[in-house]
Amino acid sequence: MIQVRELTKFYGKKAVVENVSVNIHPGKITSFIGPNGAGKSTLLSMVSRLLDADTGEVLVDKKDVKKMKSNDFSKRVSILKQSNFMNVRLTIRELVSFGRYPYSRGRLNAEDIRIIDQALDYMDLMGMQDSYLEELSGGQRQRAFIAMVIAQDTDYILLDEPLNNLDMKHSVQIMKILRRLVDDLGKTVIIVLHDINFASVYSDRIVALKDGRVVKDGPTDDIINSDSLKEIYDMDIPIKQLSNCRICVYFNS
Amino acid sequence: MKKRYLIVALIGLSFLSLFVGVSHITPMSLLDFKSEETEIFLISRLPRLVAIILAGAGMSISGLIMQQLSRNKFVSPTTAGTLDATKLGILVSMLLFANASTIEKMIVAFAFALAGTLLFMQILDRIKFKDAIFIPLVGLMFGSILSSVTTFLAYRADVIQNMSAWLQGDFSMIMKGRFELLYISIPVILIAYLFANRFTVAGMGEDFSKNLGLAYRRVVNIGLILVALITTTVVLTVGMIPFLGLIIPNIISIFKGDHLQKTLPHTALLGAIFLLICDILGRVLIYPYEISISLMVGVIGSGIFLYLLFRRKSYA
Ligand SMILES: Nc1ncnc2c1ncn2[C@@H]1O[C@H](COP(=O)(O)OP(=O)(O)OP(=O)(O)O)[C@@H](O)[C@H]1O
Ligand SMILES: [Mg+2]
Repeated sequence: MIQVRELTKFYGKKAVVENVSVNIHPGKITSFIGPNGAGKSTLLSMVSRLLDADTGEVLVDKKDVKKMKSNDFSKRVSILKQSNFMNVRLTIRELVSFGRYPYSRGRLNAEDIRIIDQALDYMDLMGMQDSYLEELSGGQRQRAFIAMVIAQDTDYILLDEPLNNLDMKHSVQIMKILRRLVDDLGKTVIIVLHDINFASVYSDRIVALKDGRVVKDGPTDDIINSDSLKEIYDMDIPIKQLSNCRICVYFNS
Repeated sequence: MKKRYLIVALIGLSFLSLFVGVSHITPMSLLDFKSEETEIFLISRLPRLVAIILAGAGMSISGLIMQQLSRNKFVSPTTAGTLDATKLGILVSMLLFANASTIEKMIVAFAFALAGTLLFMQILDRIKFKDAIFIPLVGLMFGSILSSVTTFLAYRADVIQNMSAWLQGDFSMIMKGRFELLYISIPVILIAYLFANRFTVAGMGEDFSKNLGLAYRRVVNIGLILVALITTTVVLTVGMIPFLGLIIPNIISIFKGDHLQKTLPHTALLGAIFLLICDILGRVLIYPYEISISLMVGVIGSGIFLYLLFRRKSYA
């Protein structure tokens, strides 16, 4: 379980994350939604220790993240940021191999190689594993980064808008893989999504942020309704039930 | 670019280098241990070869580490002020200690090299506009400022002739007893190799490094210390060798990528080979005179550098 307690972050005088407390349930997919600038990325960066909070604390399995050793932490929590600028000429396979760095420090054993192969396979990258990252399309590169995080094999996986740049097929494929990681391997996934229909169809819980505060936090079914969405996005969004999915029709609201 | 071929080339060129020169030495004449040829061989030719190989490998690896840690392909000891800071350090050591010993010079120059490089990295952190060309330009300006300070001080202290004469990279003065400081770069290169994976991760950026549990700041600092050590020993023994740290890592990167554990040996080998070629050409082109190595490397190197700049459109 990840417990976020009264977390606050200021940029200048503005609190971009303000007194946020939220519990991330283990073995579930929790989607973070909310308008641009709501503070989702900032919150994720603080949970993953990329950014220091001004006040408040984050506990991972009851331990204060600030007190954990970096190497231990990197075996429990991984993060993929929203935008990733990489100037290093690495092949997909080399990049994904570095996902094993916390365990192997660069000397890969048979187990590492098995996990790397599996991550490449999950992300449909086997055929192009020796291509350099800079030669890939935006979506292919995004998949390579996700494969790296999967190879890192942490209990908690934080993904900030991982579906950026991805086509429909691969978006669905990634959401299904995340579902599998959670259902079969007991991982906990925290994901920032802008397409609320992916949040609706694939997540167990939804946390909605707005202006740096949590405005909704609960099981998906409690959040995906016109009233809650109105509160979060200031839009009137009708909800349609299609087989067992609840689809938000926001295109012409 | 297979490692095998590079090794063969290095051995071939080394052999050539040993037997090219004003005094005619043949392998056969070495069989007589007491001959004059053997003496020249041991006092001059062999040290020269060792110095070229160590300086070539060392400067290339310095450049490789700097490019990886600054995440910019055009940063190197030449384009980040490291060489100029070292030069200033040597001058300061000469002014501080009347007859500065090698060790004193080494320590002061090292401190300056490290401080200069750290300062440049600080400047780099603050620059918002991280254009690939703009950064080395800033580095060159920074280097020129340091260099003018050096010139000013040298002028005031009346050692300017002295200074510029022996800071030009030159292997013709390398002899037994004058280059042993370069041996320091051997353990430094080995340490760089042990840190190769850490440097590669650091090159992915601070956030990726933290995610993978790497102590980012510490690794960057260690890298810069290694760079400063290598640069100081090379400048003190051989003089300034421009461009090497810039072009060699870039060429290897194009062919082999940036996985340092895989590319570091190639970079070291190609650096040594390139410097050997420049040295041999410098010795035979206007035989029996010599063109200094910094001139040779400067001419060939700047040509390659321009080529790299122009092909940057397809590869940054
Ligand atoms: N480094 C920074 N300096 C100053 N302000 C910042 C910085 N980073 C973020 N902010 C501000 O903090 C607020 C929250 O940013 P954040 O990136 O967390 O939003 P987000 O919810 O992830 O938005 P998006 O959906 O657009 O990704 C924004 O108003 C942004 O302008
Ligand atoms: Mg964001």
